[in-house]
Amino acid sequence: MSQLICTDLILGYEGQEILSGVSFAVEQGDYVCILGENGSGKTTLMKTILGLRKPMSGTIETGDGLSPREIGYLPQQNSIQRDFPASVREIVVSGFQGQCGLRPFYTKAEKLQAEKNMELMGVADLKKRCYRELSGGQQQRVLLARALCATKKMLLLDEPVAGLDPKATQEMYSLIERLNKEHGITIIMISHDLRAALQFADKILHIGGELFFGTRSEYLRYAASHREEAVGNA
Amino acid sequence: MLDTLYYYLQFSQVRYALIVGVLVALCASLLGVTLVLKRFSFIGDGLSHVAFGAMAVSSITGVLVSQWKPVIDSTNGMIIVMPLTVLSAVLLLRTGKNAKVKGDAAVAMISVGALAIGYLLMNLDVFPKSANISGDVCSTLFGSLSILTLTEGEVFFCLAVSVIVTAVFIIFYNKIFSVTFDEDFATATGTKASAYNLLIAIIIAVIIVISMNLVGSLLISALIIFPALSAMRLLKSFKAVTVCSACLSVFCAALGIILSILLSTPVGSTIVAVNIAAFGVFWLIGAAKGGFKRA
Repeated sequence: MSQLICTDLILGYEGQEILSGVSFAVEQGDYVCILGENGSGKTTLMKTILGLRKPMSGTIETGDGLSPREIGYLPQQNSIQRDFPASVREIVVSGFQGQCGLRPFYTKAEKLQAEKNMELMGVADLKKRCYRELSGGQQQRVLLARALCATKKMLLLDEPVAGLDPKATQEMYSLIERLNKEHGITIIMISHDLRAALQFADKILHIGGELFFGTRSEYLRYAASHREEAVGNA
Repeated sequence: MLDTLYYYLQFSQVRYALIVGVLVALCASLLGVTLVLKRFSFIGDGLSHVAFGAMAVSSITGVLVSQWKPVIDSTNGMIIVMPLTVLSAVLLLRTGKNAKVKGDAAVAMISVGALAIGYLLMNLDVFPKSANISGDVCSTLFGSLSILTLTEGEVFFCLAVSVIVTAVFIIFYNKIFSVTFDEDFATATGTKASAYNLLIAIIIAVIIVISMNLVGSLLISALIIFPALSAMRLLKSFKAVTVCSACLSVFCAALGIILSILLSTPVGSTIVAVNIAAFGVFWLIGAAKGGFKRA
């Protein structure tokens, strides 16, 4: 059974369809890139998978031992966070909140795991620093460490390298690759960066216009044939 | 000066005022950071106007339904004001999400509406002509000229509410942090963010109602927001900011009450003035620190 199965999703706002007929399945350990124009509904799709909004129709199922609450999420930065007075440690450990239920405080084991995740992301030495004083790349790694507290199985990343300089971008990509290859975490990533998508992802989901879902090599063939068509039409 | 203070402190009324002032200030400061960062400050402001309107409703009910008057008087109107304000908090949060009238416009409508209706009700003919309406209105808006008229019952009520508010805040501290910092992430990973937003709104409503006697409905927002904003100038973690704003708020309230007694100024505005001064000091220190770092 696949970890995540989306069937015939139709997404939209207030009765207005923006995306329809989205069907795909993600297996454990996959590295999926979601490509598409601005405004094609990539973030909406991601929020729907996370259960933050309801699809207009269609179903999202999780399987293979994955519960819908075990999906980690790296959102795009919001304006609140830019002036939020919080230390790195406070933010990372808050990744466990969803598992707390009504328990008011974090356990020792959770705090320890948060430390480990900070080390894994290379932000352990920043743990007492204030989040808003960090560089963009450091902030993203902090949020990634938090997402790791929420999941060991699947991460959804919404443009994780947006606004980062080339060096930080490279670091971010190699961290994500390590999580995928060494820790076996399924990655679903929204990206603008076609080259990186083709370098790292094993599967591509292209939305907006014609829908495509398949492996990297299938996508290359698909893109090539479309280019020929375009050339032929011209 | 100290002698005068010592002389005043011998009166139980003055001690009550200090106790209530400190408790109210403590509660008010707790949710300040959340309010500022979640852009909820306008809800706080709107609710304080609602509380004013509710106060008018409670006095008019006291006059119209004479058998309720003892109950209303003995609770200082709280029995009507508290539920009305909490209800408005819930409604404001609901409309903020998915109504035709968008959040801030809805708040503006409700707050000025409540203000106008409240004042209208207070000026209706049902009140005995001798009643000091402008005095009542003024003290509801800006706080009593002195809070030296507190009864023992009011002090205990305030004490009980403060203990509950503080306990709820501590128990839900981590959840409030998660929901404030990143609502989407919290919801996606299984935290019931909308329930906690509701909890935050209800606590705010309760705090506003118990602060009303001290600083009046127009000045409550200052009590909630200033300590948090001051602490945010200097401190770097959520816990440090929360603890610092609580201490600062308590300190400012105590100092404000003492000053108001010594200088015979209105309590509410004196406390707010002290808070503004504290903000100025924190801002200067923050700016100086930033300057050193850059240099």
